[in-house]
Amino acid sequence: MKIAVASGKGGTGKTTLSCAMAFAAQEKVTLLDCDVEEPNSHFFIRPEIEHQEQVFRPVPAVDETKCTGCGECARVCQFNAIVTVNGKTLVFNELCHSCGACVRICPTGALHEVDQPIGQIETGRRDHVRFVSGRLDVGQAMSPPLIRRTLEQADAESLTIVDCPPGTSCPYVTAVKACDAALLVTEPTPFGLHDLKLAVETIRDLGVPFGVAVNRMTEEKNPIQAYCEAEGIPLLIQIPEDRRAAEAYSRGEPINTVMPELNERLAQIPEQLKAMI
Amino acid sequence: MKIAISTSGEDLSAPVDTRFGRAPRFLIYHMETGTFSLKENKQNLNAAQGAGIQSAACVCEEQVDAVITGNCGPKAFAVLDAAGIKVYTCGSTAISEAIDQLRQGQLHPADEANVEGHWV
Ligand code: SF4
Ligand code: SF4
Repeated sequence: MKIAVASGKGGTGKTTLSCAMAFAAQEKVTLLDCDVEEPNSHFFIRPEIEHQEQVFRPVPAVDETKCTGCGECARVCQFNAIVTVNGKTLVFNELCHSCGACVRICPTGALHEVDQPIGQIETGRRDHVRFVSGRLDVGQAMSPPLIRRTLEQADAESLTIVDCPPGTSCPYVTAVKACDAALLVTEPTPFGLHDLKLAVETIRDLGVPFGVAVNRMTEEKNPIQAYCEAEGIPLLIQIPEDRRAAEAYSRGEPINTVMPELNERLAQIPEQLKAMI
Repeated sequence: MKIAISTSGEDLSAPVDTRFGRAPRFLIYHMETGTFSLKENKQNLNAAQGAGIQSAACVCEEQVDAVITGNCGPKAFAVLDAAGIKVYTCGSTAISEAIDQLRQGQLHPADEANVEGHWV
């Protein structure tokens, strides 16, 4: 089973929770860091890296001697990534989604695909945790192809926890829709609630079952609880605001080593999500 | 010589629109005859990405020699440059004023984009 750990925005504790859940699991588990623009789960997992691999994606290249400037490629591109002006064809790699439509439509065979390096995938392990992380190269803007490649590393047999990209746009959707269930991490503040609502809207469209985790809980009653009750969303874990957690974080340690009382709860989350599928 | 000027207005008294990629329309001005026509840019106004590229392609279709606008991003600039179109930047003065400034050689062609591209 693949569980997405996601949040409406960054900094809510998505990585903290992914790593804590991986360490708390009683079985073999794979942690996929799909937050490829800023992967940081390795700080907490501290895996021994066994393998590194470069990832490429195809982008069109123009053979100027064959291009007639007919503009068919620009008309077929849905992403405005290729344009023909005064008989010249220009490709904007950073807008290209590698769909291949322009290459297929070009009547003169002036376009062919070339591999552009976009990032790396690292794999390793620590104890019962198998670790896989994608890292986008600096200056690359197109993360979904790398996220998909990272997701391919999931273990079909055992539990896989996916640390997802923040936000609710393409990268988030790419990661979440590949999972069986999701845990949405939020904070007990009005801002946290606002971002959670956006994440919930998107995930309902995707049809992925989900529960909520509240991080840095200070009081008994908070706006997240009221919202979840009203919407019938299961609130799966509430992690209290605790000095020990902040200290563990700054040392690069998972929170459950300093708050072992959380382990039981954390280990139950995959089971609870499984029951919702 | 033909010039495309980004604007939200419809005649020479309207101000130059400082946006290039998301300008509502272009006023195409003929230097020799002093006449002009309008080229709508609505389809590109709401493009999620690549508005600058499409707007540049749109003025290229008009076979202009130069563009006057407020700010031109790197992608639009690359397209205009490939098409051999010069880019002159100015503030949001009236179009007629900007044309006068160009005539008197007070506007200078940009040799690179003057604003960063942005991601939606
Ligand atoms: S479709 Fe092929 S020939 Fe036509 S403009 Fe594009 S690259 Fe050139
Ligand atoms: S591969 Fe697809 S997205 Fe990329 S330039 Fe060609 S048509 Fe556009």
